[in-house]
Amino acid sequence: MSSVTADPKPKVEIRGVHKNFGPLHVLRGIDLDVRAGEVTVVLGPSGSGKSTLLRTVNHLEKVDGGTVSVDGTLVGYRRSGNKLYELREREILKQRTRIGFVFQNFHLFPHLTVLENIVEAPVSALKRRRKDAEAAARQLLDRVGLADKAEAYPKQLSGGQQQRVAIARALALEPGLLLFDEPTSALDPELVGEVLDVIKDLAASGTTMIVVTHEIGFAREVADTVVFMDEGRIVEQGPPAEVLDAPRHERTRAFLSKVL
Amino acid sequence: MALTSDPPAETSDPPAAGTSDPPAVESAVKDPRTAAPAPADLVVVPVRHPWRWVAVVVTAVLLVQFAHGLVTNPGWEWDVFAAFFTAETILRAVWVTLQLTFYGTALGFAVGIVLAFMRLSASPFLRSVAFGYIWAFRSIPLIVQLLFWFNLAYLYKELSIGIPFGPGFVSFDTMGLVGEMSAAVLGLALHQAAYAAEIVRGGVLSVDHGQSEAAASLGIPRLRQVRRIVLPQAMRSILPNAANEIISLFKGTSIVSVMAIGELFYQVQVVYGRNGRVVPLLMVATAWYVLLTTALSVVQHYVERHYAKGSVR
Amino acid sequence: MSATLATTPATAPPAEPPPRVVPTRRAGQWTAAGLVLVLLALGLVSVVRNEAFQWDVVAAYFTSASVLRGLGLTLWLTALVMVLGFALGTLLAVLRLSANPVLRAVSWGYVWFFRSTPILVQLLFWFNIGALYPQILGVNTVNLLGPVAVAVLGLTLHEAAYAAEVVRGGILSVDRGQIEAAESLGLGRRRRLSRIVLPQAMRAIVPPAGNMLIGTLKGTSIVSVIAVQDLLYSTQLVYHRTYEVIPLLLVATLWYVAVTSVLGIGQHYVERHYARGTAGAR
Repeated sequence: MSSVTADPKPKVEIRGVHKNFGPLHVLRGIDLDVRAGEVTVVLGPSGSGKSTLLRTVNHLEKVDGGTVSVDGTLVGYRRSGNKLYELREREILKQRTRIGFVFQNFHLFPHLTVLENIVEAPVSALKRRRKDAEAAARQLLDRVGLADKAEAYPKQLSGGQQQRVAIARALALEPGLLLFDEPTSALDPELVGEVLDVIKDLAASGTTMIVVTHEIGFAREVADTVVFMDEGRIVEQGPPAEVLDAPRHERTRAFLSKVL
Repeated sequence: MALTSDPPAETSDPPAAGTSDPPAVESAVKDPRTAAPAPADLVVVPVRHPWRWVAVVVTAVLLVQFAHGLVTNPGWEWDVFAAFFTAETILRAVWVTLQLTFYGTALGFAVGIVLAFMRLSASPFLRSVAFGYIWAFRSIPLIVQLLFWFNLAYLYKELSIGIPFGPGFVSFDTMGLVGEMSAAVLGLALHQAAYAAEIVRGGVLSVDHGQSEAAASLGIPRLRQVRRIVLPQAMRSILPNAANEIISLFKGTSIVSVMAIGELFYQVQVVYGRNGRVVPLLMVATAWYVLLTTALSVVQHYVERHYAKGSVR
Repeated sequence: MSATLATTPATAPPAEPPPRVVPTRRAGQWTAAGLVLVLLALGLVSVVRNEAFQWDVVAAYFTSASVLRGLGLTLWLTALVMVLGFALGTLLAVLRLSANPVLRAVSWGYVWFFRSTPILVQLLFWFNIGALYPQILGVNTVNLLGPVAVAVLGLTLHEAAYAAEVVRGGILSVDRGQIEAAESLGLGRRRRLSRIVLPQAMRAIVPPAGNMLIGTLKGTSIVSVIAVQDLLYSTQLVYHRTYEVIPLLLVATLWYVAVTSVLGIGQHYVERHYARGTAGAR
């Protein structure tokens, strides 16, 4: 892991992001950079805004203030001078094909088979040929260890298997960035490991990822940066060794003591 | 086996740029590399929807044309409409309609509740009878049922109360007893009862069974269980459906016109039968129906809100 | 008490037969059942014995040509109105869910108006439209819109308002996460609707649509008022001639009950199919 002489531009730049839900001020000015190839894990108590922050990165939530950029391009807007022009839905969708998102509740399409789930986006959004998309899909399924489940329906799979299919579905678009929103929180404890293994695998291959999770052990193993959020602000961030083992802030300490 | 389009990037040890060492409660630290103005200075320009404006214009034009037609087409005869909208015969007829609705609903739900509990009872006989009633009265169109009751007088020349299969104590002459109004109310009520029964039963069933179990395990007697625990919670499901049924019955009173009873629709037909002004009189009826159903819907909205207090959905 | 004491040191007392369970007496239930039974018996006997029912007449007309033709028209009207009504209703539902506030308002207005007036009033209105527009496209309206066309028009517009609500409810019932997943995969609006939302909406649409089918069948009886020869009017034509009102009404009744019961059985299986695997979802 040699460092590069000139710092490469961050893959994800979050600047001064604010978000309100009605009277609730959920994000209160977030600044965060995520470098290419790095794994950033976001921790925090529920209500801290970590999921909301993640969802602003692929514009599932609109920001009320500040900007989010991926690969130097603003997400959801086009900048001209000091005006931000909202993008039309078509353009936002195109941006989204470059960002993979994995949901806590998987949200697989129940009326489509596993293979059809994975192939749907490449075919309709990227206009790939069906045959090519299916071949690629099978490779992905093999990668997540579910090669034999291509023709199965989501309801026939366990939670861990469904989430792995969801990951494969997100990967099918070959995105440069992966976002995980509490990927194992909805799983039975014994199924968590298989999903974390897949995510660790992806991390090892150099994918840029932002993972919102409660799994501290995972964070320690895999994260390059750990970010601790509370009440809509980033309280502290740094390498796992620092934040997890020698936290500087009282709130971080309090949270970790409850969780560990 | 690259899964992403990124080459395996070097990750450097220092954390993502942005924060400095001292305790930073605020995370708003400027990155010295970017010379962008502070995010607060940026103005957001919302996306334009040109097709939306086209749709607005087209719809507006169509509506204006329709409104224009409403005003200028002599066929509407709005003066006749205005004359009859609050005419005494019409208002009386509206009152008859409301009475039919009220009595039909009250009697219908009374019978319906009995039927519902028959269907929920432990006796298979009672259950089947209730099921049979509901099946029959939901399978026959209302107009047929009303015509039937209307002609009932011819069926039963006499109604007597007494020992079954034995001599009667008191007899009535049905021609007088089952007058048209009663026949109408009877027809509406018996039809309504079938639907009311299903609504009440559905409402009772929708209450989580755990509620009854909890009440039973606390030793609460059964009738009180139903009255104090189950029924109030069942109302949440019963009321919206009941409100829909009442509105439906209200509109169904128009069918009573085939029995020549002076409710709103019949009265309107009588008037235009006489003066030939069909369209404006139909609009008088329409206006009254729309007015009253909207009023009923508003009441329904508030009742639903009241009963939805404390629920998640 | 075995004679051989061999290994058992103590003899077990003779096993008593287990106590018999006596179920509780349900006095109230038996009384209620008894009462209902008596009323039923009274009703049945009077029905069977009353001459006014004239069961022979009922039997004679039950399968007569005119009645069967009327039944055929009723069934045809039902099918046509359902198809057209739901087509228009789906369009209205999609409009109601559109991002364009004008389209939303128009759709809402339609549904509100057509659900607030009785079908009878609507039917007669279309029947008399000739007074407003004596000519449409150069053709006399009276010739263009005969009673059957008026019936189809009136019933369809009425049906569409209810169908719109059913379809809309079905679309709204699809878990929001499905739409978010589709959005985050970059799927476009039309694709989202046709490929992801509508197929899943069907589960919530079909059961109420089945109910509407039965309702529509009964609702077609209203066209008898404008002298369209459906099942009811066909029987009315006969009894206006022969004055055998009750038997002919019974003929109509029996046919309606028969057809709705068949449809009801189908409905039952459809509902069971769609409730499979869900914990009573809605």
